[in-house]
Amino acid sequence: MKVELTPIEKPKVPVEAEVISPDVFSGRSVEEIGELEVWRGNRKKKLKDLFRISGDAAGSSEETTIIINGDVSYAKRIGQNMSSGEIVIKGSAGMHVGAGMKGGRIVVEGDADHWAGAEMKAGVLHIKGNAGNYLGGGYRGGTGMSALKKGVYGTIIVEGNAGSEVGAWMSNGKIIVKGNVGAFAGVHMSGGIIVIHGDAGERLGGEMTGGTIVVMGRVQELLPSFEYRGEVSEVEVDGEKISGPFLSFSGDLAEDGKGMIYILKEKNPHLTTPISGC
Amino acid sequence: MAQAYVLKGGYVYDPLNNIDGEKMDIAIANGKIVEKPPKGAKTIDVSGKIVMPGGVCIHSHIAGGKVCTGRKLRPEDHRKDVEPKKPGLRSGVGHSVPSTFTTGYRFARMGYTTVFEPAVPPLKARHTHEEFQDTPILDNGGFALMGNNWFVLEYIRNNEMDKLAAYVAWLLWATKCYAVKIVNPGGVESWGWGKDVDSLDDRVPYFDVTPREVMTALAQANEKLGLPHTIHVHGNNLGHPGNYEITLETFDAVREVKPFRERKSVLHFTHLQFNAYAGTSWKDFASGGQQVAEYLNKHDHVTVDIGQVIFGDTTTMTADGPWEFRLYHITGNKWVNSDVELETGSGIVPYVFRRKNPVNAVQWAIGLEVMLSVKDPFRLCLTTDHPNGGPFYFYPKIISWLVSRKAREEMLEKVHKTAVERTTLKDLDREYSLYEIAIVTRATEAKLLGLKDRGHLGPGARADVAVYDLDPTKVDISASPEVVEKAFSAAAYTFKNGEIVVKDGQVVATPDGSTIWVKVRNLDELKELIEEDLKEKFSKYYTVSLSNYPVGMEYLPKPEVVEVGG
Repeated sequence: MKVELTPIEKPKVPVEAEVISPDVFSGRSVEEIGELEVWRGNRKKKLKDLFRISGDAAGSSEETTIIINGDVSYAKRIGQNMSSGEIVIKGSAGMHVGAGMKGGRIVVEGDADHWAGAEMKAGVLHIKGNAGNYLGGGYRGGTGMSALKKGVYGTIIVEGNAGSEVGAWMSNGKIIVKGNVGAFAGVHMSGGIIVIHGDAGERLGGEMTGGTIVVMGRVQELLPSFEYRGEVSEVEVDGEKISGPFLSFSGDLAEDGKGMIYILKEKNPHLTTPISGC
Repeated sequence: MAQAYVLKGGYVYDPLNNIDGEKMDIAIANGKIVEKPPKGAKTIDVSGKIVMPGGVCIHSHIAGGKVCTGRKLRPEDHRKDVEPKKPGLRSGVGHSVPSTFTTGYRFARMGYTTVFEPAVPPLKARHTHEEFQDTPILDNGGFALMGNNWFVLEYIRNNEMDKLAAYVAWLLWATKCYAVKIVNPGGVESWGWGKDVDSLDDRVPYFDVTPREVMTALAQANEKLGLPHTIHVHGNNLGHPGNYEITLETFDAVREVKPFRERKSVLHFTHLQFNAYAGTSWKDFASGGQQVAEYLNKHDHVTVDIGQVIFGDTTTMTADGPWEFRLYHITGNKWVNSDVELETGSGIVPYVFRRKNPVNAVQWAIGLEVMLSVKDPFRLCLTTDHPNGGPFYFYPKIISWLVSRKAREEMLEKVHKTAVERTTLKDLDREYSLYEIAIVTRATEAKLLGLKDRGHLGPGARADVAVYDLDPTKVDISASPEVVEKAFSAAAYTFKNGEIVVKDGQVVATPDGSTIWVKVRNLDELKELIEEDLKEKFSKYYTVSLSNYPVGMEYLPKPEVVEVGG
């Protein structure tokens, strides 16, 4: 069952749109979906005030696909905590898209704002543009991406670049960024995988205690609390082999950490020079 | 004119006036309890309910520097306990380090109206007062930390007792605090040198004084000034197995100090549970509760509060820096440790008390063991040392354990067997009456703090009243602990200064509370003694100037001063 939402206007203030989720839509008619309440700034609105709605969601949430025709970068929390079904956003999404997802799939064809996929537990979040800060991160006091149950975890794919603190506090799951990432990628992470095809900003893996980070681009500088563990010819993440050679490091020793960072040797000759005399 | 009320037909428990569950009316006018209600008084039917004075808490860390740092350290703690905004009320967070507004609301919902913050580093007193202002409903006061203060240590070393008393009087004025707090005397200053003290006769580096000297000298100064509360002591070796011995030595150390006027006690020993441990290590850790209770039953110069442990996740915070350092090593948790210039230290470590942990189970049992073994309830106060033993809003749970042996037996089933094997709790069949509950939750506190118009319902008392929905003629409290817990968790009414602030367990009004502090009348005269010393120390060592140090009255929008001496 397919529901299409076409934005009527572009509000100047953010909209809290956590109701846009297959879990909420499923089993409701177009009219019922239109009556769902959202906050626009400090005013309560109905979904039909903001979107032209067509199609229906007669079936279960697994069978529900929501298509948003246009830019909704003002709308926060789309697909938050969703457990199944699919959302396709044919434009950019606001903050917290797919946060706390427990299953299903979200495709953002444009960019995603901060906290995309924050504390996600399962499902797939595919961002075709760029992502903001705290991609797959943890809220204050939260745990970042974690497993829904043993062996079930979420995946985030970003075709463009991502901001700072990618995968902060994550304990499970997988984040793949095809472009570059900002500072503090994998900060505090205790498990899971982050694969960065582009460059990584400063303080990569700061205070990480576990998990794996693979960087195929340049890392200008690595924290001194990571220990060089030699060269490896390839890295296997999640059953997939990525060929190197890579320089491997473990840390963060400041936290007695056992995380691993693999950095492509070819792009990072400066990291092979031993530090002397300090 | 404020609305006058008559609370009609309730069972009144007012231990300070020897009223034990008598069915009588309480009249309120102009914020006070009055003999007869004036015309126009509104009648509130409280028949089938119990009426007590508003609760007074002698020891809960609710405001100031370390509390605020604790809040910042524990976002995960706050996430699980969110208080949404309601009409007229602020949003906030609870669990172990609640925000100021939530603190006010939750205490009021339990029928509490006065709460003391027991550890104010003098240099951070301004912050404490700012948070008092944002803690609605409750009257607050702070205890200024003095046991590791350089002035104090030097005056004691030089045997300048007049100067010591003058400094104590000045510091209470400068911080607008209410009592003298001593935390791990000598130990926290030694911690500045990477050491701690192990016995009452260890010497503090450089200052060359002992914990024994610090406590006796401050107790003497306290009684000489005639302060309303005695010295309030967090003992040495807190949390260490076998520390009940140093606790007994501490009691004995101040035995010869002459109490002020009619008062019998010279020492309030706080969160006794944490200092009543037998054994030599964590392996043979056991209760020293009987030993301390026996001492308390024989001597009347010491009063205590209990620091009961509640199972669950909490945040420990104390001025006892060296202890928190040890606790960090025990738990491996995130932690904070800090040093407050010439005055004190502090530390914060999150901690989980687990039922199945052999040490935690004993700790839990010791608190109850002591409360059930000390014969005179006017010597002890119910506390959790919030948040160290657990959050204050578990007081109703503790009340249910005190009134019901059945409730305790049920818990003993659920906790590690050490609680049965290494404490005497299982054998104690005493059950508190509601009269005794009223004593340990308000009457003792008011009496020990010297608050004449609180903790009782005699004419002239402040109209701080709690009404609980519990009919003692119908409910067998010993058999139905859960009913007792429920009643004390959500007061049917709480009155603050004659105003209804809680109705049916919901906060309905949030007046500002007052700040209680103590002033020594001849302070100006006393200050001359120490003027030169103050100038010298402040110019040499402090990061603030002397003139910027004292907390101004603008930080106390509703001051309530208690004047003594002179």
